[in-house]
Amino acid sequence: MRTAVFHENFASDERLWDSPTQRRAMLLFVLALFSLPLWAGDYMLAMACIVGIHVIATLGLNLTTGNAGLISLSHGAFLGVGCYTVAWAAKLGLPFYLCLPLGGALAAVLGLLVGLPSLRVKGIYLAVATLAAHFILTFVFREWDSVTGGVPGTSIPRARLFGFELIGDRRNFYLIFTVAVLGAVAARNLARSYIGRAFVAVRERDFSAEILGVHLLRTKLMAFALGAFYAGVAGGLLGYFYGAITPEYFVLTLSVFYLAAAIVGGLGTVLGSVLGAVFMTFVPEALRLVAHASTQWFPNAAGLLLPMQQVVFGVLIIGFLVFEPHGLAALWARIRRSFHLWPFKT
Amino acid sequence: MSEFIEYSLLGLLSGGVIALIALSFVLIYKGTGVVNFAVGEVMMLGAYLYYAGAVTWALPPWVAFVLAMGLIGVLAMAIEWAVLRPLSGQPAVAVLMATIGMASIIHGGVEAVWGGDTYSPPTLLPRTPILMGEILIPGTALGNFAVAGLLIAGFLAFFRYSKTGIALRATASDPVTAATLGINIHAAQRLTWILSGLVGTVAGVLIASSAGLSPLLSAAALGVFAAIILGGMDSVLGAIVASLIVGWVEALGAGYLGGKSRDVVPYVVVLAIMVVRPYGMFGTKGIERL
Repeated sequence: MRTAVFHENFASDERLWDSPTQRRAMLLFVLALFSLPLWAGDYMLAMACIVGIHVIATLGLNLTTGNAGLISLSHGAFLGVGCYTVAWAAKLGLPFYLCLPLGGALAAVLGLLVGLPSLRVKGIYLAVATLAAHFILTFVFREWDSVTGGVPGTSIPRARLFGFELIGDRRNFYLIFTVAVLGAVAARNLARSYIGRAFVAVRERDFSAEILGVHLLRTKLMAFALGAFYAGVAGGLLGYFYGAITPEYFVLTLSVFYLAAAIVGGLGTVLGSVLGAVFMTFVPEALRLVAHASTQWFPNAAGLLLPMQQVVFGVLIIGFLVFEPHGLAALWARIRRSFHLWPFKT
Repeated sequence: MSEFIEYSLLGLLSGGVIALIALSFVLIYKGTGVVNFAVGEVMMLGAYLYYAGAVTWALPPWVAFVLAMGLIGVLAMAIEWAVLRPLSGQPAVAVLMATIGMASIIHGGVEAVWGGDTYSPPTLLPRTPILMGEILIPGTALGNFAVAGLLIAGFLAFFRYSKTGIALRATASDPVTAATLGINIHAAQRLTWILSGLVGTVAGVLIASSAGLSPLLSAAALGVFAAIILGGMDSVLGAIVASLIVGWVEALGAGYLGGKSRDVVPYVVVLAIMVVRPYGMFGTKGIERL
């Protein structure tokens, strides 16, 4: 139960969780989340792992595109960079707690390179530049056989911690969600730091930001590098989760998927990244279940599934853009406002 | 040497069709400031409608062609009205994603109706190959180039001399002034979308009748970005010249370096231009640089 919050100073206004109720609710949520492997079924657990990976990647893209306003269509390729780096480093015998940051770091370096055109071009031109970078990176994934295994793909050794093999979804779940929670808190913290405010300033009007003393070059590159770092880590986790990966996974659709998740969730908010990634992962699954259930009435429902998923994906993007441009996060905020001070009257 | 000439000729001929796709992009970018990622899908849908008319309903190919153009025109109008109009003034990422969403809907719709198989629609143009000395030129390549050339010349004349064309140009360069001078800018933007859809349909039918029709057709449009960026996104002439260059370079690359280079060469070109000369060869130097 919660009453109105009265901020007396800036520090309390800037706090991540502004009341004891909210802190307790967060703690309960995290506890509930981490108890999931104890009671959830295999299917649900596997889905949860995928959702967790998507959440991490969407958090990153939302920093680049939502907070700093730089369109990136190469996010899916950054996941690939992270994944292949981890595969390569893990085969050299590095432990996962070194592999993952390494994957993130390499993706971030490539993010810097891809972000370089953002110094000269912006908006739609930047989208095309990142699109080009995406195709070049995926070309490398397919052709650089000695590192990426080429088209047949490569395998990733299991992650180990204190001689304890992270095998199966149940153990991977903890790894993925520890990273996801850390990533979400980090993104939320970043947003209220100097860097986060600089991102928003650049997004809103970069001329003014520069006049206010924001170093544009550094800020834009950092936005790209940070987003790519998240993607790289997510890609590494993806590798550990699947155990093997092919270049087929990192197609343009993946980049578009993350952009869609950020938009549907709500650009520039951490809650939006989480909601968007969860929602966009479950909608195709829900469609799949519907198609599965309706095969007895429509025998070709299974064949129509993939096209229908595409159609629904497009309808969701356009629908949210036209009717709810601030995404699920805004929707959630509206719902919450109605029971904000429950059981007291608002 | 004759090898070089053959690759060059084939490349330039395929550049004609690339120019049509590029024109479809540039028209919309110039007219409404939107980069339309659905161009490939509109093109593909046009080709499928043509196939449906010519084969499924057994209409004469020319009738089917006109029918496909008409349907795509209506669709383009609907897209402009339902999606782009409400989003005008939104940030670039929103409009970009809206066109990607549209692409996804059209792609899914086409696959739902026609499946993923490859069809070969009837050709509108003669298939007889032409032999020039030792060099063999496929008839469809030459025909495609001729149609593309005629259409592009028609467009250039339309924009230069007709009153409607001038109104479109006025809307593109300064919508507010154009509106003050009595031009209906909503109608102009609608017309821009329709024209772009029609050009896309022609390109789609040409490609489908020479290379076969499958959902992969839409991917052809992404490679065209190299031509658009090289030519300058807001220049019709630039798009045409650059398309010929890109077609030529692609054919040489495919001929000498192998077919795989086709996947990556255009994008390397794009990145290089972005860093060196982002407004392309003929584009307006108005890109904000920061």
